[in-house]
Parts: sequence; C-alpha cells; structure tokens
Amino acid sequence: MTATHLGPSAHALPGERLVRVGCPAHNCGGRCLLVAHVKDGRIVRLEGDDRPDDTPADPQLRACTRGRAYLRRQYHPDRLLYPLRRVGPRGAGRWARISWDEALDLVAGEMRRVRETYGPGALFVPYGTGSYSQLNGSQVARRLMNLTGGCLGIWNSYSWAAINVATPTVYGTLQTGNQRQDWLNSRYILLWGWNPAEMRDGTNSDWFVKLARERGARTVCIDPRMSPSAVSLADEWIPIRPGTDAAMMTAMAHVMITEGLVDAGFVRTHCVGFDASQMPAGCDGEESYRDYVLGTRDGVPKTPEWAERITTVPRATIARIAREYATTKPAMLYQGYGMQRRAFGEQVVRAGCVLAALTGNVGIPGGWASGLANQPDGGCGWYVFPAGENPVKASIPVFLWAEAVLRGKGMGAEHGVQGAERLASDIKLIYAVATNCLVNQHANINRSVEILRDESKVEFLVVQDQFLTSTARYADVVLPACTQFETWGVEDGWKYGEEVLLMPKLVEPPGEAKSDYRIGAEIAERLGAGAAFTEGRDERGWVEWCLDEYRRTRFPDLPSLDAFEASNAGLHVKPVTRPAVAFADFRRDPEGHPLDTPSGRIEIFSKALRDLGRPDAIPAVPKYIEEWESPFGPEAARFPLQAIGHHTLHRVHSTHDNNDWLAEAFPQRAFLNPLDAAPRGIADGDAVKVWNDRGATVLPCRLTQRVMPGVVDIPEGAWWAPDAAGVDHGGNINVLTSERWTPLAFGTAQHTAMVQVERA
Amino acid sequence: MGARYAFRFDQSACSGCKTCQAACKDRHGLPVGVLWRRVYEVAGGGWERVGEAWHSDAFAYHLSLACNHCAEPICAEVCPTGAIVRGDDGLVRIDRETCVGCRYCAWACPYGAPQFDERSGTMTKCDLCAADLAAGRPPACVSSCPMRALELVTIEDGADAAGAATFPLPDPALTSPGLVVVPHRDAPRAGPRTARVANREEVAP
Ligand code: SF4
Ligand code: SF4
Ligand code: SF4
Repeated sequence: MTATHLGPSAHALPGERLVRVGCPAHNCGGRCLLVAHVKDGRIVRLEGDDRPDDTPADPQLRACTRGRAYLRRQYHPDRLLYPLRRVGPRGAGRWARISWDEALDLVAGEMRRVRETYGPGALFVPYGTGSYSQLNGSQVARRLMNLTGGCLGIWNSYSWAAINVATPTVYGTLQTGNQRQDWLNSRYILLWGWNPAEMRDGTNSDWFVKLARERGARTVCIDPRMSPSAVSLADEWIPIRPGTDAAMMTAMAHVMITEGLVDAGFVRTHCVGFDASQMPAGCDGEESYRDYVLGTRDGVPKTPEWAERITTVPRATIARIAREYATTKPAMLYQGYGMQRRAFGEQVVRAGCVLAALTGNVGIPGGWASGLANQPDGGCGWYVFPAGENPVKASIPVFLWAEAVLRGKGMGAEHGVQGAERLASDIKLIYAVATNCLVNQHANINRSVEILRDESKVEFLVVQDQFLTSTARYADVVLPACTQFETWGVEDGWKYGEEVLLMPKLVEPPGEAKSDYRIGAEIAERLGAGAAFTEGRDERGWVEWCLDEYRRTRFPDLPSLDAFEASNAGLHVKPVTRPAVAFADFRRDPEGHPLDTPSGRIEIFSKALRDLGRPDAIPAVPKYIEEWESPFGPEAARFPLQAIGHHTLHRVHSTHDNNDWLAEAFPQRAFLNPLDAAPRGIADGDAVKVWNDRGATVLPCRLTQRVMPGVVDIPEGAWWAPDAAGVDHGGNINVLTSERWTPLAFGTAQHTAMVQVERA
Repeated sequence: MGARYAFRFDQSACSGCKTCQAACKDRHGLPVGVLWRRVYEVAGGGWERVGEAWHSDAFAYHLSLACNHCAEPICAEVCPTGAIVRGDDGLVRIDRETCVGCRYCAWACPYGAPQFDERSGTMTKCDLCAADLAAGRPPACVSSCPMRALELVTIEDGADAAGAATFPLPDPALTSPGLVVVPHRDAPRAGPRTARVANREEVAP
C-alpha cells in the first residue's frame, strides 16, 4: 500500500473566484479556514483549509461538518429579509413588514424613552454568541449602548460560569493551560467530561489528543455518555452518574492519600490547606482537605466504596484510575465544561484542580493544572472590537437576566450584582443581538416566555438576527442581520489559536438585511452618537483597527489589511514550536513567582471562600455536594431520570438547527438506555414524551448502549416548537431545565434536571 | 491490473463527525437523501448492575464509507443496461445517460454505495472526485477529515484486506473493494449477534 501525495485541493472552476475566509464564526468552539468559491455574486462551494503542510506547530484548520454545510444556512429560504413589527399580542407570531426608517426610529425612540423614564440601568443587551466575528454580533450593540448613556452590564457566561469563577479560587488566574503542542509530552490523559470531538474546544484539539496517543499517552474518558471523544480518542470509557464527578475525584484523593501517592514535596512547597500543617493564616484548626477526604471531622471517609454508591463507578475502577493518574507522569486531567453547568458546579472544578496539584502535574511539560486553561501566553483575544466603557457600573450575572426583569430594582450581591449595592431599576428594554438566550437557550423556557409575554415588564424587546428564532418570536421589532459572509470580520483562534483569520465580505446580504455593525451605527445616528460610534470607519475600517490591535498585542508580523487581503491567505499564523507551559516559573520558584492568590500558593483550602460563610454550598475545600435535584432526592420518585444535553454537531447551540444537511446527518433524538426503555414499553425510534413539572417535549428516541442507565440525553439547542397546549415538539431540552443558579458563580445549572420519559 | 486506488480509513481515529459526508455533498451538490459518503455507527455491548455499581461492556465505532471502486464490481454485473463500467483507471462509473434508475445496483452493492437521485431519476454514486484526481488534487472527503482518518492510497490487487472485513462490512472477496480499514480496538468484538448499525436512519434515508 502506498500513500498518494496529491497537491493542494482548492481550485476554481470557470467564472469562480476563490477566497480564503475564516469560517462564519459562531460559538462553535473552533475557528477554521474555508475556501469559498464565489460565482455571480453567490457562494457556490466551501472547501476546507488547502495549505499543503499540516504540522503540529502549524496545523491545517480543517473545518467541521457545520462549516462545510454552512451554505445550507446561508441560502436558507427562511432568512429574514426585512424589518418586522409585531401586530397582535407579543409572541403570537403575527408580523407586518416595515421600512428600516420606521424600525430604527421606533427602536431609537424606545431606547430614549426607557432611558429617560427608568434610567440607563433599565436597558439591557443579553449574552449573545450567535454571530462572533468582532464586527458582527452583540459587542456592537454594547458599543452602541455605551456611547448613548450605558446599560445594565453583564458578567460571566453561559458556557463557563462556574469554571470561570472557581479556577482563580485555586490558582489566582484563568491562564492555567499549556499550549496544545505540549500535550504530545503527556503520558496519561483523563478526558473528564471533555468531548473535543464534538465541542471542538479549539480547532484541532481532538487531533492533538490523537497525536498524544500516537506518542504513547494512555487516555481515559469519564462521561455519562460514550461521546464521540470516548469512541475515537480514549482507550477506555468510564460511565459516571451525572453530577457526581466531584465524588469520584474525592475518592481518588482518598486513594492517593492512603496509598502514599500524593506528591508530598510539591504539596508542601506549592500549596496551602492540604493538611493541618499548612492552613492559611487565621484558619488553624479548620477542616483541611485531608480531613475532609479521610472523614476526620464528618466521620465519613471518602473511600472508593463511598463514591461507588454515589457515582455508580465500580470502586476498583476508581482506585485504579487514581493510581494510574498519580503514578503515570506527566499526566493531564482535562476538565470538560458540561459538568460545571450543574448545581454546585464550582466544586468539580476545584476538585479537579486539587487532583492536579496533589499529583504534582502543575507547571511541567506534559502536565496540566486543570481549570479553565486559557493560554499562558495570553491566548485568544475573544472580544477585540472596542465596546467602550459602560457608564453604568452595575452588572448582573448573564444567567440572571430574568430575575432582573422580574425584580431587578433592589437586587444586590445576593443575586450576584456587581458594581453597585443595588440595581436602580428592573430591565425594561432588551436589545437582543445574535442571541437566542432569552428563550431557546435559557433555562425553563415556559417560565421565560411567560415573563417576556408580560408587556408591563419588558416594555420593548428588539431582536436582531438572521432567522426568526424562538427568541425573535417574542420581539416587538425584528431586525434582519447579515451573516459573516455578507460583511467584514476578523477573529483569532478559539481559546488556543495562534492565528488571525480574516473574513472578507464575499456577497451582498439578501433582501434588506444589514450587518450588526451597520444597524448599530444607524441607531447611534438617531441618538446623536453616529460619529462617536463609527469614528468614520466602515466595517472594513474596523477590521483594520482590529488587525492593529492584534499586531500590537500578540501578532507583531501581522500584515496590513490591504496586504492580507491581497495575499488571499485568509489567515496569519504564529507557529508554536516551543509550547508554553502554565505555571513553569511558579513551579521553579514559588517564592519568587507567587500565584495571584491570597496566599501566593495553590489554594486547596480557600480562606476567601471560607469567609463567605456558606460552608454547605461554598465550602473552603472542594467537596461533593448532593445536587438539589438528583436521583437521591424525593423528586426522583416522580422524575427518576437525569436529563443531560450534549453539544451536537447538528448545531452550534441553536444555530444551524434549520440546516437540512446537518439535520440529515444528526437528527434530533432523545438518547435512552434500553434498560430504561424496556420497562416503559419504549422501542427504538418511538416518539417519547420527556417531562417534569417545568414542561414537556416530544421527540423520537434512539435506544443506545452509549448512554448510561438512568440518564436521558437530549442534545441542546433544538428550536422550541410548542403546540397549543405548550408541549414542545422540537426536542428542546430547555423546557425541562431549571433557572436555579450555582451558588458562587451565579452560573447556569441547566444540566441538573430530573425528568420522566414515556411513550408519546 | 496492478496498482489501484483505495480509501484507507483509520477507524480507530474516526469520531463520526461526518465532515467527510458534508464535504462530499458540498463538492457534488447533493441534495438531502443522497449520500455518496455515509458514516455508520456500530454499537453493541450492555450493562450489568452489581450492587450500586454499573459495569458496562458497551462499545461503539464508526465506519465512513463511499464507493470502493471495487476490482470486481457486482453493481456493474447486475446492471441490466450496462450503465456501470469499471474504467481502465480503476474507477467505477455510472453513465447517467444509460442508467434507467431500476436500482438493481443499489440492491446488489454490499456497501450501499449507489444512491438514487430523484432530480435525474438515475442512480448516482461517489466518482472518487475524478475531476480532482485527474488534476492531482485529493478527493474532497479525504482532505476534509478533521481527524486525518481518511486517506487515498494505492494498493496492489490481492493485497491484504483484513480490515475491510470489519463488521458490518461483507467479505471483501465478494467484490475486491478498494478499501483498507485500520480497525477500531472494539471492532474484533463486533459481529451480527453482538453489534448492530445504530444509526440506520442516518445512512439509509
Ligand atoms: S469548528 Fe466552527 S469555525 Fe470550524 S468549521 Fe466548524 S463551525 Fe466553522
Ligand atoms: S470526517 Fe473523518 S472523523 Fe469525521 S466521520 Fe469522516 S472519516 Fe470519520
Ligand atoms: S471521493 Fe469524492 S465523491 Fe467519493 S465520497 Fe469522497 S468526496 Fe464523495
């Protein structure tokens, strides 16, 4: 057998223009390169990265199935073409076409009215990642607000709330990750709830794990579901009951402590709070991590036997994984994000970081500190386009927007309000750009829409999007936005990327659709801030501005926009030949390079958390805490199954749900173990009703051994499609999820939901 | 005959992401329901409760399959109009002018490769991106795979085709496919009694 060596793939057919372009960025977890074939003002094909070389230092950014199928979205017949105004009650779905002037006069007028009536804190731009190319997306709405008096701010995210807050409680920073080229130095990788094959987590992360395996790393995936990563990246899959990962981690610590596998030297010099000998000042005599694990105070040793009852993982397996992870050096425990979008999601983050510390895997090549794992060299820039400064200092956790609608006035620290003692107003106007987070993606849809339906609460809701999404259905005015292909944009790599991707405008928007930036500029004009908003730049001009910013901060060799465009390279790469290792300096010299924590050390015990005085929800050392809805609670009598919602390649959250090639590839199903199906008389392919006290959804099921018994898995993001009785027929898991937030991060806990399943 | 093209599929690395499928549809403008390349999910095993613990021997793997441009193409043998021909270049082609859409080839092909296209009323299938090949470029599916699990290789007739018998693939002796499979670690456990195609609705629309 011989490999054939064929040349680069892209080539133009007669009449076609080839343009290399960043994939229409949405919050997919990747940033990839496409080669667009443009003919007669239309994109006719999308090829992938066609650079001839493909090395770990500078790998091809091969687009995923969603990027390659994007044209089915781009040219979908349901694209919004004109501004719409609601006629009839909110949410009734009756619309009248209006002109841009009428629409924008109305929007600007309402912004002015609400600002004058209730103050700037009554205006709100929700979290939104539906478009994500610096110039297209919610950040331009923030700029608009900030230049016209400000609005209620947001902090945190839906994706990473608990990990974002919990990681610094241990390490004092979010930059806890080594660059991916370093994974090739690892001998052992725990993919703990981590599924890069589907959520990407940076283009090529799955491929880097493959390379690490080829170099001899053993890989183990721990997940309630045998994810594609468990199938293709792991030597072993260990199913675990959702929401109990911290129990298994604690039992692993028990094995390490009782069998002498803790890296005692590292813990002594680099950590605080492991045992009584190293408690932070003022905390002597309190329960150390060792105390908790051994059960010195509570009388419950956290043995593998203890964890088996909670996690369903066999005790011998827990002990074996503990020994493997503690003795195979260097090793990585990579934490996925699904398990922190749960009740007490902070605990699993802290527990994983502590295991990394106990095994001495922090600050070394091939190791991994766990936690959020942004890059030590600065990493992805996320938002570069200047949203400006918000004159309103008060901000709320993104997940609590509905609370700020219901009872914003007077809301304070107990609801995670930052920057002010109390909010001055309820939310009265929402400008929702590139977001489906008010309905489809927020918890407890039936509650959300009841809140939105009440026109005395949110008095004006404008939604700006490419389709009439579930959120747009509740709008008073809908503004048609263009896709990334129809305007200029730029991005750097998602989380890991060492590249800048250019997104030149390729085609005109359909109908009267405009770019998010242009719409923002036209509203700003009406509010007297037109010049301040644009500073004389159009979209391309701001891309140039962003390139300057990238060049100034991380990419000194980045070409000018003219040269970048003329080269038709589509991307600029900073190859990684010597991957950075987080905490290398601290590892070498903890005195000279202390962490940015109160103690300067890795805080296994956090005095700051202890001082919050809520040990049952926010303990000073990471603990397993039984979730507020669980198989162990009384709710399990009526709702015995746990509902989880994985990220499917059918969609990027709710984006692409209407893409027919992707629906064909990954039809929306409720995945159920045959052992749960049989007693319910459910056969493979049956329509099932999944329900609890919050709502019900009906969809076809697929029986699979790949989901553990006791769990029903409904991929998140399907478009909510209620019938007259309010039962969803789109397969949207968020009719089942709860709006209750995690204690420390005020983050979503949407994966914590108990349900029942029956034949529909 | 000598050397001929084959797909080398590293099943151990395939995540089932279907980028290859989408790239093929994009390259050839295929509508929903026509899958020149398809990705099968094979799954088996089960669960046993021991005390509070779940023990599982569940397994799964994927199979990305197009047309294997077989050296002994049974599709061509059964075609009543002679529309399917294996060319000197080793590529098996369907002549859409001659094809009457009777679907005999689809029934005969043990790989499910021929696909009926309602637009033309004929059978269609993977042409190995012949136009690209002729110009020295790799097929769309091959260059698309994020896991780098698909390759185009050349094999000698009679070369070892052991992996090409991985469940649910037929005995390669049947058609002598241009297919080399690096089996997933769990593939040896799979057979008609221990595993099944779990996503049939996705591969046989
Ligand atoms: S991972 Fe994201 S950027 Fe990459 S191809 Fe997929 S959708 Fe596009
Ligand atoms: S693109 Fe590659 S990894 Fe994805 S399904 Fe196809 S062969 Fe498998
Ligand atoms: S070789 Fe070309 S036609 Fe055949 S499956 Fe791959 S992309 Fe499709």
